[in-house]
Amino acid sequence: MLNSGISVLFEGVNMQRLLLGLLVTLRVALIAVVISIVMGILIGIIRTSKNKLVQIPFRLYLELFRIIPILVWLFVIYYVIPANFDLNLSAEVVALIVFSLWGTAEMSDIVRGSIISLPKHQAESSKALGLSVAQMYRYVLIPQATKRSIPPMINLITRMIKTTALLTMIGVVEVIKVGQQIIEVNNLDHPTISFWIYGFVFLLYFVICFPLSRFSRRLERKWAT
Amino acid sequence: MTFDWQYIVDALPHYKTALWLTVKLATIGIILAIIVGMVCSIIQYFKVKVLSQIVQVYLEVARNTPLLIQLFFLYYGLPKIGITLSGELCGIIGLTFLGGSYMAEAFRAGMEAVTKSQIETGKAIGLSNLQLMRYVIIPQAFSYSVPGFGANCIFLLKETSVFSGIAILELTNTTKNLMGIFYKTNEALLMLVIGYLIILLPLTLFLTWLERRVRHAEFGN
Amino acid sequence: MSEQVPILQVKGLTKKYGEKIVLNGIDLQVEKGKVIAILGPSGCGKSTFLRCLNGLEEVQGGDILLDNESLINKSTKWREVRQRIGMVFQSYDLFPNLTVMENILLSPLKVQKRNHSEVEAQALELLERVGLADRANDYPRQLSGGQKQRIAIVRALCINPEIMLFDEVTASLDPEMVREVLDVIAQLADQGMTMLIVTHEMNFAKLVADEVIFMDKGNIHEQAPAEQFFTNPQTERAQQFLNILQF
Repeated sequence: MLNSGISVLFEGVNMQRLLLGLLVTLRVALIAVVISIVMGILIGIIRTSKNKLVQIPFRLYLELFRIIPILVWLFVIYYVIPANFDLNLSAEVVALIVFSLWGTAEMSDIVRGSIISLPKHQAESSKALGLSVAQMYRYVLIPQATKRSIPPMINLITRMIKTTALLTMIGVVEVIKVGQQIIEVNNLDHPTISFWIYGFVFLLYFVICFPLSRFSRRLERKWAT
Repeated sequence: MTFDWQYIVDALPHYKTALWLTVKLATIGIILAIIVGMVCSIIQYFKVKVLSQIVQVYLEVARNTPLLIQLFFLYYGLPKIGITLSGELCGIIGLTFLGGSYMAEAFRAGMEAVTKSQIETGKAIGLSNLQLMRYVIIPQAFSYSVPGFGANCIFLLKETSVFSGIAILELTNTTKNLMGIFYKTNEALLMLVIGYLIILLPLTLFLTWLERRVRHAEFGN
Repeated sequence: MSEQVPILQVKGLTKKYGEKIVLNGIDLQVEKGKVIAILGPSGCGKSTFLRCLNGLEEVQGGDILLDNESLINKSTKWREVRQRIGMVFQSYDLFPNLTVMENILLSPLKVQKRNHSEVEAQALELLERVGLADRANDYPRQLSGGQKQRIAIVRALCINPEIMLFDEVTASLDPEMVREVLDVIAQLADQGMTMLIVTHEMNFAKLVADEVIFMDKGNIHEQAPAEQFFTNPQTERAQQFLNILQF
């Protein structure tokens, strides 16, 4: 009985379809990660400003993404925009928007945190040496802050990849959705199919996320000061 | 963007029920997660043979897979091999499974923060390993872990939104259902966001306060 | 008195961290009621030596005998030994999660399973003696460093040890608090407590110690009655050490 289910995984194009679904998942994650890193670094540096008018709006933006679950954000953008603005966004684009906004917010906080946690005298002694602000960032602050931010950034990327599982809930045809389609077709002949499909998808996520989190932990240990 | 306020008033009871269920499931899951997390990190602290390897595998699996897949596996996969669990039970198990690994991480960090000299002092007055755990390490590690536990509570509360994937009528799923029936998208989603704010805003403020209080009470700064 | 068997005997005690030799065959006899000050430059191994006596460090050679019984074997129950050899550290380390009284009672009640009211009476008496009876219900964070250290001493005494080890107990205290802690230790000396004291306070060592041992680089270079050591040190190293401290 159990075996009949697992065989479906390897029947016809099923495996190929699942892996193509995984590619959709990873495509969304990858694009969102790239956008988040670029925007996150920019906004993170801006957020080191002591000006309250700069701090407050960005803080509010971050907190909105921290307090409201990502799934809710996906629903809000997915349903509210077409219903009110006569604009049809595909589920994948909605996912990209939400993941990029969320990733940017979190990345900016990592970048900001690693800059302001640098000892104050590093900035002061750069100034004392006559470096310009740009030079201070280029030669002193950024190299040091990079080491502090890379491990948490990798952790965030792992989290973003895990969270892509939610895309199925707004109808993106990614790995889980493909899995569900395969289950629907084969459920009658092979009742244990859902056990195997979900188990396999479970494994796929693990295979991607585990090395990433291992890597970040190793860097963390290596760069611990 | 327009809102049908009468609809919102009519839908309120649904949201009240859903909010209550969200809080209930999250609370049970979080409490169990703290227990699982503490047990796991104590096993790892003492490097108990075999058990600590099992714990390590559990932590890696739980931390590196999405809750939604964990739930799908429990809710749709397990019945096919003869294990049928109710949706709510799956939700609690999933949340505990996921949360346990995060809580373990927070408590491990807390135990590592207990200084070596505190432990040596405990030994020097003749405490056994278990007494050292009970009277010195666990109480202090708990105080150190409060910020980590707090962040995890918020994380896990938000993760309950994923329960909507397995037909639990918590906030998100209730909203989805109501949208499907009445097409009042703006209203339903507004209620959903407000629902989470009602739970999470006070919790966030409470945890910030608690963190400060505990640190002061224990270590005086 | 001096004819009886020493309460503590150390024979050829050797401690290594990897290749580095920290204690190079230490020999020492401690008779009951004696106060021994252990002096020497930092890194000479004096703290490590004390920690070995309390089983906090693994040793690589030699023996420690308590009442003629060897402590260096697998069957040694250090938990029981530690009830006979108390130790107080530089960092005092009161448990911040317990009140002063709970700190003191923890070991007598949980380890020694003694009677609550009896121990509490003893604790109060000891607190009285160090002038802190009114702080019994305070938490450590409410106390000054000197007060915490006095409580730490009371906590160790309440276990009724036969020997007390003091590891630089005044080293992290502000100067004005050093005195109040040293007074407590001096009191103990008067009462005939056997003590080994690692310290940098030369005046105090001279005043309270019966005997001084001077350590450097893992060896005992000189062992002499306190008076003699300070007025007429025999080895060059000890002379240098005292000169640097302008003693």
